[in-house]
Amino acid sequence: MTFRNAYRKAVNNVMLTLTGVCAVITVSTLFIILAYLVYNGGKSVNLDFFIKLPLGTGETGGGMANAIVGSGEIILFASLIGIPIGFFTGVYLSEWGGQGSVYSFVVRYMNDLLNGVPSIVIGIFAATVLVKPLHHFSAIAGGFALSLMLIPITAKNTEQFLSEVPRALREGSYALGATKWRTIASVVVPAARKGIMTGIILGVARISGESAPLLFTSFNNQVWSNGIQDPVASLPVMIYSHAISPYDDWHRQAWAAGLVLLVLVLIANIAARLILTRGSSPGRG
Amino acid sequence: MASTAAAQPQLKKTGSTGFLSRLRGGDEVARLITLLFATSVLIVTALLITELWVSSGPSREKFGFSFLTSTTWNPVTDEFGAWPFLYGTIVTSVVALLISVPIGVGAAIYLAELAGGAWSDALTFLVELLASVPSVIYGLLAIFTIVPMMREFIGPALKTVFGSVPLVQDLVAGPVYGVGYLTASIVLAIMIFPYIISVSREALMAVPREQREAALALGATKWESTWQIVVPFARLGIIGSVFLGFARALGETMAVTMVIGNDNNIHASLLSPGNTIPAILASEFNEASGKLHPSALIELGLVLFLLTLILNGLARLLILVTTRKGSARA
Repeated sequence: MTFRNAYRKAVNNVMLTLTGVCAVITVSTLFIILAYLVYNGGKSVNLDFFIKLPLGTGETGGGMANAIVGSGEIILFASLIGIPIGFFTGVYLSEWGGQGSVYSFVVRYMNDLLNGVPSIVIGIFAATVLVKPLHHFSAIAGGFALSLMLIPITAKNTEQFLSEVPRALREGSYALGATKWRTIASVVVPAARKGIMTGIILGVARISGESAPLLFTSFNNQVWSNGIQDPVASLPVMIYSHAISPYDDWHRQAWAAGLVLLVLVLIANIAARLILTRGSSPGRG
Repeated sequence: MASTAAAQPQLKKTGSTGFLSRLRGGDEVARLITLLFATSVLIVTALLITELWVSSGPSREKFGFSFLTSTTWNPVTDEFGAWPFLYGTIVTSVVALLISVPIGVGAAIYLAELAGGAWSDALTFLVELLASVPSVIYGLLAIFTIVPMMREFIGPALKTVFGSVPLVQDLVAGPVYGVGYLTASIVLAIMIFPYIISVSREALMAVPREQREAALALGATKWESTWQIVVPFARLGIIGSVFLGFARALGETMAVTMVIGNDNNIHASLLSPGNTIPAILASEFNEASGKLHPSALIELGLVLFLLTLILNGLARLLILVTTRKGSARA
C-alpha cells in the first residue's frame, strides 16, 4: 500500500514536472528566435540598411530601402482594400445578420473558408486574376493578395466585438430617438472600438510577414520599382531570396531584415494586446 | 437639416416601418451599403474557388484521378502526377504533429492546471506571439540552425540508433543532407505549437471545477485527476487543436520550401530531401509556361485547398462541441 502510494506520488511529481518542461521548451522558443536574430542581424541593422539599395552579388554593403518602402506600399494597398470590406462585413453580420438569417450564415461560412485558404493558394488566385492576364507582376496584385487574408480576419473580429456590445446600450440610444445606423455609428462601434482596432492591428501585422502570396504577385525587385504597375521588393520576399542565396553578405542582410521584420511584428502584437487590456469594453471582463 | 430632424419623430409616430421611411432615416441605406461589402466577401471567395476549378480544368481532363496517384512530374514531357508532393505534404505534417502534440498538450496542461491565473496568461501570450513570427523567419533560422544540426548531429545519431533496427531502418537510410522531410517536420512542429497549446488550454479550462474536485476528493493525485478525468473530458477540443495544427502545417509554404530540399522523387527515408505541395508551387509557379504545367500546379493548389478545408471544418466542429459542453455543465 505504501509502496503503491509512493509510486503514485512519484508518477505525479514526474509527470507534472514534465508538463512544466514542455511549457519551458515552447515558451523559450520565442526567446531563442529573438536572441538568434539579434546575434546574427543586430550589427547589420544600421543606417545603410534603411537608406541604401541592395548591391549585386560579391559586393559588400548596401541595404534594403526599396524592400522597406515596397512592403509599406503593398501593406497600404492591402489595408485600403481589406480593412473597409472586412469592417463593413463585420458590421453587417453583427447588426443585420441575426442567427436565423440564411444569407449571413452563407457570408459567415464563406468568410471562414477564405480565412482557412493556405496563403500560397491565395497567391495563385491573385496571380491568375491580376498577373497572368496583364503579363506583369505588380504592387497592386500583391496588395490584392494580402487583402484577401486581411478581410476575413477583420470581418470576423469586428463581428465578434460588435455583438458583445450590451443590448442596453443600443436600447438607450433607440430610446433617445436615434435611428439604427446612428446608434451603430455613434454608440455601438465606439463602444467596441478597442477590440476592432486590436483586430485590425493584428491582421495587418499578420499580413506584413507574409511572403508566399507575394512570390507570384508583387515578385521582387533589386532596385526601386517604377510604379504600382511594376514588380516591387518586399521585406519577406527579400529575406527569402537572400537566405537561399549562397552569398555570405546576402545572408547578413537577410538576418538584418529578419530582425527588423520580427521586431515590427512583435511590437504590433504587444501594442494590440495593450490596447485590449487597458479598459476593455464591458463584455470582455 | 432642422426640418429632417423634426420630421423624423413624426415618421416614427405614424408607425410606418415601410421601405421608404427606413430609407429616409438612413437605416436602409446603411444596411444596403454593409450588405454590399458582405456580398463582396461572398463573391471573392466564390470567385477563388471557381478560378481554381476552371484553371485546373486542362489538367483534370487530361489526368483524371490518376493525377493524385501518379509519381511522375515532368514539365518537359507534360506528364504530371501529384503523389510525391501529396506524400511529402502529409508525411511532413504528420511527423510534425507527432513531435508537436505531446509537447504542446503537455505545455497546455501546465498552463491550464498548474500555472496560476496571471502567470498562465503571460506565458500563453508569449506562446501566442510565436504564431505571429513570419514563416520566412522560421525558414531563415532553420536554414542556418536546424539544417546544419541535422547534418552534423541529429541525422548521424538517428542512423546509429535506428540504423540496424528492422522496419525502422528504412526511415533513416541514405545520406544525410541536412535538408529533407524530418527537418521540415521539426520546423513545422515549432510553428504549430501555438495553435495546439492555446486551443488545448481553452478546452482544458472549460472543464468544470467539480470534475477535478471530485477526483481529488476520491484520493486521486493531481496528475491522476488531470490525466484520467480532465484530459478525457476535454479530448474533443484537444483533437480539434490537432486538426487545426494539421491544417496549418499542410498549407505552410515558406519555411518548408527553404528546408525540404525540393526533390520531386519519393524517398522512404525521413532524412532524404523531398517536396510538398506548397513548396513545389512556390518554386515552379512563376516559371510554368504552356497550358498543362500551370494547370497541373493549380490543381495541386486545389487539392491543398480541399485538404485544409476538410481539416479546418472538422477542427471547428470539435472545438464548438467541447466549448458548448463545457459551458453547459459549468
